[in-house]
Amino acid sequence: MLSMNNFFEKSDISRSEAENIVSDTLSKCDDGELYLENTKSETLLLDDNRIKNSSYNSDLGFGFRAISDEIVAYSHSNEISKNSLRQSSENLKSTLKSVKGTYNHEIPKSNKKYYDNINPIEQKSLNEKIKILNEVNNYLRSKDNNIKQVTANFLGEQKSVEIIRSGGESLTDVRPLIRFNVSVMLEKNGRKESGVYGVGGRQSYDFYLKDENWKSVCDEALRIASVNLESKPAPAGEMKVVLGPGWPAILIHEAVGHGLEGDFNRKKTSAFHNLMGQKVASEGVTIVDDGTIDNRRGSLTIDDEGTPTEKTVLIENGILKNFMQDRLNARIMKTRSTGSGRRENYRHIVLPRMRNTMMLSGNQTQDEMIKAVDKGIFAVSFGGGQVDITSGKFVFNCTEAYEIVNGKIGSPIKGATLIGDGPSSLKEVSMVGNDMMMDPGIGTCGKAGQGVPVGVAQPSILINKMTVGGTKL
Amino acid sequence: MVKDQEFLEKKASYCLVLAKKLGATESSVIVNNSVSETVNFRNKKLDESNRSDDFGISITTYIGKKKSSISSSNLLDDNLNILIEKCVEATKNTPEDEFNSLPDKDLLAKEVKDLNLYDDTHIENDQKIDYLKKLEFAASNDRKIVNTESSFTQNKSNFILANTEGFCAGYKKSSFTASSVTVAKDEKSMERDYDYSSKCFFKDLDDAGELGKQAADQTIRKLSPKKIGSEKIAIIFDKRIAKGILSTFASAISSSAISRGTSFLKDKVNQKVFSDTINVLDKPDILKGLGSRNFDSEGVKTDTLKLVEQGVLKHYLIDTYNGRKLNLKSNGRCGGTSNLYFENGNISFKDLLNLKSKSLYITETIGHGSNIITGDYSVGATGFLVENGEFKHPINEITIAGNFKDMFQHITLANDLEFKYATNSPTMMIEGMVVAGK
Repeated sequence: MLSMNNFFEKSDISRSEAENIVSDTLSKCDDGELYLENTKSETLLLDDNRIKNSSYNSDLGFGFRAISDEIVAYSHSNEISKNSLRQSSENLKSTLKSVKGTYNHEIPKSNKKYYDNINPIEQKSLNEKIKILNEVNNYLRSKDNNIKQVTANFLGEQKSVEIIRSGGESLTDVRPLIRFNVSVMLEKNGRKESGVYGVGGRQSYDFYLKDENWKSVCDEALRIASVNLESKPAPAGEMKVVLGPGWPAILIHEAVGHGLEGDFNRKKTSAFHNLMGQKVASEGVTIVDDGTIDNRRGSLTIDDEGTPTEKTVLIENGILKNFMQDRLNARIMKTRSTGSGRRENYRHIVLPRMRNTMMLSGNQTQDEMIKAVDKGIFAVSFGGGQVDITSGKFVFNCTEAYEIVNGKIGSPIKGATLIGDGPSSLKEVSMVGNDMMMDPGIGTCGKAGQGVPVGVAQPSILINKMTVGGTKL
Repeated sequence: MVKDQEFLEKKASYCLVLAKKLGATESSVIVNNSVSETVNFRNKKLDESNRSDDFGISITTYIGKKKSSISSSNLLDDNLNILIEKCVEATKNTPEDEFNSLPDKDLLAKEVKDLNLYDDTHIENDQKIDYLKKLEFAASNDRKIVNTESSFTQNKSNFILANTEGFCAGYKKSSFTASSVTVAKDEKSMERDYDYSSKCFFKDLDDAGELGKQAADQTIRKLSPKKIGSEKIAIIFDKRIAKGILSTFASAISSSAISRGTSFLKDKVNQKVFSDTINVLDKPDILKGLGSRNFDSEGVKTDTLKLVEQGVLKHYLIDTYNGRKLNLKSNGRCGGTSNLYFENGNISFKDLLNLKSKSLYITETIGHGSNIITGDYSVGATGFLVENGEFKHPINEITIAGNFKDMFQHITLANDLEFKYATNSPTMMIEGMVVAGK
């Protein structure tokens, strides 16, 4: 608590006055809270051989939420003052007119913490960071004459949050987050291709940068770009797909993750809403959403409603077991919050969201999978994905892939979109690898205009049938 | 209420003066405030209300050719003092870049025309609720509709942009936005679609009933889709998708992509990049236009640009920094385009549908499959099979792919342009793309 932000320090309103406004506003509501947030962030960008951008952001504000039955009233402002808080309170009351609920004071407690209370921005001087970015640029450009462009950036952030509930209960968290990204563009014989790689998580820059670890990030970006320079047009049509371990798990995130978020299932707009307890994936497929892994990008000590996070089993051995819930959807669906209530920042309402979504290891090898494919593709790296929750159709974009011919990996193919059907695609998984890997810590998930940091993990998998969106018929 | 000009100007000049005192040789500042109120409905009932009052300030300081910037939502002088000091300190420690500077003084906007972008009308929440009731009633009329969600937002904003060259201007803007998302279900499938209307003036907003009905109709006709085989086929892009292709074109001609060499349209000025009949305009002075503006985010005056004339690329979109690198003058496009559009084609929508005996009409794409370095395009798509000018049946779980360099050369436009967004296109046909399905 000592190192915590005191949100009322420079304000004309004291903590106890704020608590009184919260309690008064929420007394007959079913739930709600005052959410206070202070974020300090820094961006440093090297591009085109020079430091293009050095910027610092300091963001402060509150979001006041009142819930009655299924109705959510929300008001936010940058100004933490008596006047502003009262105005918000009036605004909430005017939406909810007559409320007659009972405030649910219950919120689970835990002493566990999944990251340290640090400010990564202050742990390294601006000069040190600029020096590393310049070294990245020099290192890459000296490695390959075909390099025409190098972009590298650092993003560092410290977010302090406090949640004040009716009755004055206060929950706090300080969340560090960093990201280091490198992208390179190669040009050879008039052809241009790029490669991108990055690392990140909830810890200090030093963890990722010591012993010149940054070189491996550069090498990986350059390797992907080099592979793409040799790529030929991707095939078009349905075929077998082998996915590599780690980051390709954005398949899991898009194919089933979003469809298992509580709000879409309460509203029955998810393709999964009537499949609880049923078989939605092949035997051997187990998927969890875990907020409790130390220092991971998607981990949280408490979610944005104050609930401690957990490891939620979504699919166990092919059977749908749980949805991801925030307090609102859990109450209406008569279950408990899984600590999945998240928001981008104080400007946004809470939604049930993913944290680190992972498919657990099976016992086959990647080699066995490749050997089992006559004609198909082997996808190793991806850009991003998207899903239509209602129809269940999802896509993801390969940034590194190879054709498989008669059980052997062939030439690299150009980036293509893969499309599949969420509820059926995991039933097409015919092999699960023994090589589960976490992604490098670079994922941001978008939903309803809100971006939150997430993680994914999976072993290699073989999918019997997916449509590959290439141009070669 | 959104803050007035005087308040924002005071904050802006406080920052410029302080930055100078702390050692900045030049600086610029943007101060903005926006107040927005939203009401959401679901299944004909109130679901959510959301009020936001947002301040933002961003300051860029220069010391010679060194530059750094800060931004904050906290406008208290105490906080600004700390941040500006931090910014000037960071500027000193940032390496020089010969192209860093404020815009040329003679390019800055000299006057601020009233483009009719602010409607003083205040729509109370009860009025929003009335609008949404009417919308949701129309949206849920058909029994196949199983879920409706709709939203009404009123946004009022104001800003001031000021720099040490003496520029200081800004103006109020308003927007009123209504949207409807519906889910329809039959024995075989569940589908979602939407419609949306956004205007500067409340009285111009689409009728609630029509908006709701449109969303519902578009959703119902998607039910029981089929998957088709992989083939080369003419693609017709609905206006709401065609505008995205125009946006991709805009990012490929931004001076930053050009100067970094990361665009497939680099060095293509005065070359034919589209088919002969294609004209692209960026017109910033449309009254009540959703993308209208007097100047760009650096204060540089924005004039109408004919970006593409009869298929030939005429201009890049240039800001000060990248313009200097390319040895070109800024044309007031820092922050992107204003009201960007394809001029109408020569044939009607109906004739476009009839142009080929068989084509695919695309109403939605998913995925981020546009690569502006290579021009490669590959996205997931949903739509309809069109045969002999008739919509046959809905289609999904397919991808469409091509390369923009070829796609741009094979565009045919209908004559049904309307200004619904800031970037607009008539219905568009592109020949020669590949569909991947079964």
